[in-house]
Amino acid sequence: MNNHHSAEILDLHPHRAGRTEPLDHLDRLEAEAIHIMREVAAECRHPALLFSGGKDSIVLLRLAEKAFRPNGFPFPLVHIDTGHNFPEVIAFRDRLAHELGERLIVRSVEDSIRQGRARVKEANDSRNALQAVTLVDAINEFQFDACLGGARRDEEKARAKERIFSFRDEFGVWDPKNQRPEIWSLYNARVHPGENLRVFPISNWTELDVWTYIGRERLAVPEIYYAHQRAIVRRGTQLVPVTALTPPLADEAVEQVSVRFRTVGDITCTCPVASTAATVEAIIAETAVTSITERGATRMDDQTSDASMELRKKQGYF
Amino acid sequence: MDQAEGIMHTELLRFITCGSVDDGKSTVIGRLLFDSKAIFADQLAAITATSKRRGLSEADLALLTDGLQAEREQGITIDVAYRYFSTPMRRFIIADTPGHEQYTRNMVTGASTADLAIILMDVRKGVLSQTRRHAHLVRLLGIRRVVVAINKMDLVDYDKQAFQRVCDEFMAFATPLGFETITPVPMSALHGDMVVERGTGLPWYSGKTLLQALESTPVDEEVVHAPFRFPVQLVNRLRVAAGDEERGYLGRIESGTIAVGDEVVVLPAGVHTTVSAILTYDGPLRDARAGQSVTLTLKDPVDVSRGDMIAGRVSAPRCDKSFDALMCWFSATPLDPSRRFLVRHTTRTVQGKVGAVAYKLDVNTSAQVPAPAQVVMNDIVKATLRVQQPIVCDSYATNRPNGSFILIDEVTNDTIAAGMIL
Repeated sequence: MNNHHSAEILDLHPHRAGRTEPLDHLDRLEAEAIHIMREVAAECRHPALLFSGGKDSIVLLRLAEKAFRPNGFPFPLVHIDTGHNFPEVIAFRDRLAHELGERLIVRSVEDSIRQGRARVKEANDSRNALQAVTLVDAINEFQFDACLGGARRDEEKARAKERIFSFRDEFGVWDPKNQRPEIWSLYNARVHPGENLRVFPISNWTELDVWTYIGRERLAVPEIYYAHQRAIVRRGTQLVPVTALTPPLADEAVEQVSVRFRTVGDITCTCPVASTAATVEAIIAETAVTSITERGATRMDDQTSDASMELRKKQGYF
Repeated sequence: MDQAEGIMHTELLRFITCGSVDDGKSTVIGRLLFDSKAIFADQLAAITATSKRRGLSEADLALLTDGLQAEREQGITIDVAYRYFSTPMRRFIIADTPGHEQYTRNMVTGASTADLAIILMDVRKGVLSQTRRHAHLVRLLGIRRVVVAINKMDLVDYDKQAFQRVCDEFMAFATPLGFETITPVPMSALHGDMVVERGTGLPWYSGKTLLQALESTPVDEEVVHAPFRFPVQLVNRLRVAAGDEERGYLGRIESGTIAVGDEVVVLPAGVHTTVSAILTYDGPLRDARAGQSVTLTLKDPVDVSRGDMIAGRVSAPRCDKSFDALMCWFSATPLDPSRRFLVRHTTRTVQGKVGAVAYKLDVNTSAQVPAPAQVVMNDIVKATLRVQQPIVCDSYATNRPNGSFILIDEVTNDTIAAGMIL
């Protein structure tokens, strides 16, 4: 899988498969995700789709279009806003929700902090983990019984063991040792009042699948996913963006480097990677040969312990 | 095929790995991921650090498959984990199931979506009772293709006779089980012989490596050749013209193929009609096949709702209010025959009861043993179920998606059993 092969991917016409043509792996993953979304629409009373403006949730929106158009989505879009955002991602989020004509609900971690529901030690600390508080509050406010999310099993080892329909108790807690068996594609979406499900339609997708799909479907993504010049400081192996919330330390030298973001999260804990990939094709080519995992390269909060994600999930994180 | 074409049309193969830590299962998976370049530098750095902490000189590839904190602490595997890797030809999804506690339940889960099984053996030990259990369960779940990975060849000096002996022993018991293909591969996962690379230890072996076996096994097309089955997930109102409405039936084609103009029957009502359109977001299709999620419209105004089945008129499925099934009991609470459960089959959920239990299956031998006084977790039993509304089904042996069901406890909402209709 080398650079010069990826250009052809954009010429792919999806869904040409007829009776005799086998489906390719993206067709299968897409059909599985559509099936899952329709199950949620049919089985759950108040579902929601978690939409951050990041690439995985952008893919979810296209899959929702494939599942339900020409009708509207049977769920609102919900963003749990950390307040530590890349402004272009928030602009993108609003624009896409508007273009789709779907309802967007925003609940902010900032509000949870102001109300004393979420606590921070330092004003500029990462708010990724605090999202759990605001999310669980939003679930209670709107009585959501299922939240569709764009998490993938290849992202992280705790996620590799999570079900597609992941049951959460009334505190939003994931109990990895007590998961419902998930057999065939017979999903059990039943919950008691106060309990809820997190549902991950692209569980079986990899980072490369997501980019290949973005290319195939010609999906727009926020500009910061593409290579751009940015002021950074080098901290260990990571490139830390210089922002108002993440100023350089006294002894650090600020450099201008061509970078792109592989994930987009809380600005205080999301790092770009050095890259000159300015097109989807170039990103696909880089993703196919990269030697560092998506979160390993970019998330400071996953580096703190072997089980960071697992601990956050046990606290209600999606 | 050139690589670019490979990327453009990569098939998807799902497989399950059966074996225990003692057979080197984690090492085989670790080696498969590592040598096919699915392991990233930061993952390798993490397991190298852990290996060093445990006093090992080299990175223990088996650590790549450790997921949860408790597993790392206790050195065990708790749950089914899914892992992903790809080659230019195929994308693979591995269902990695643990080898001890709750084994049957986890293996049934992992095998339910797999096209192929790797049955792992230690060449020094040959066919063990767990090997028999794996083969029987895999066959029971309808997997027709197995790769027998005969590992630890380095510990018998890569002896060809030792490999042949274990092969013969496996074939002798597995042939009657009726697998379509059985592909034995000798290997040393520890040294990397015949997993992805051919290595140097097995010059006498000219067959496929494990990866080549995974790449060349036909992706199961049985569901495409089975009769058409379309369980309706949802009904959408589509506006065809001003004031004019049509109904679209949303679902995934579980088996067979369909084309515009094909005659179909809506079940359980039994009404006959014709497919007038196959709609997708990307435009209408002339025909479609198993695995595709589409919207169908019908020529006649028929009453169709979630849980109904649109099926081909030839070889229509059964509509049963009572049926026999093999059930794997998942719940820690034993089966209570006096209780009502929810039976979830395709998109239909009905109330049901488990009646007479005819026998229990010995998973090590597939022998039928007398029904136990109580059906407990990990038991596989043959039972008769009665349901309050008919289900539209086929036997699991002829149609996996339309022959499978789960039982849900109405009170706890837990999934308490998996069933295969006979």
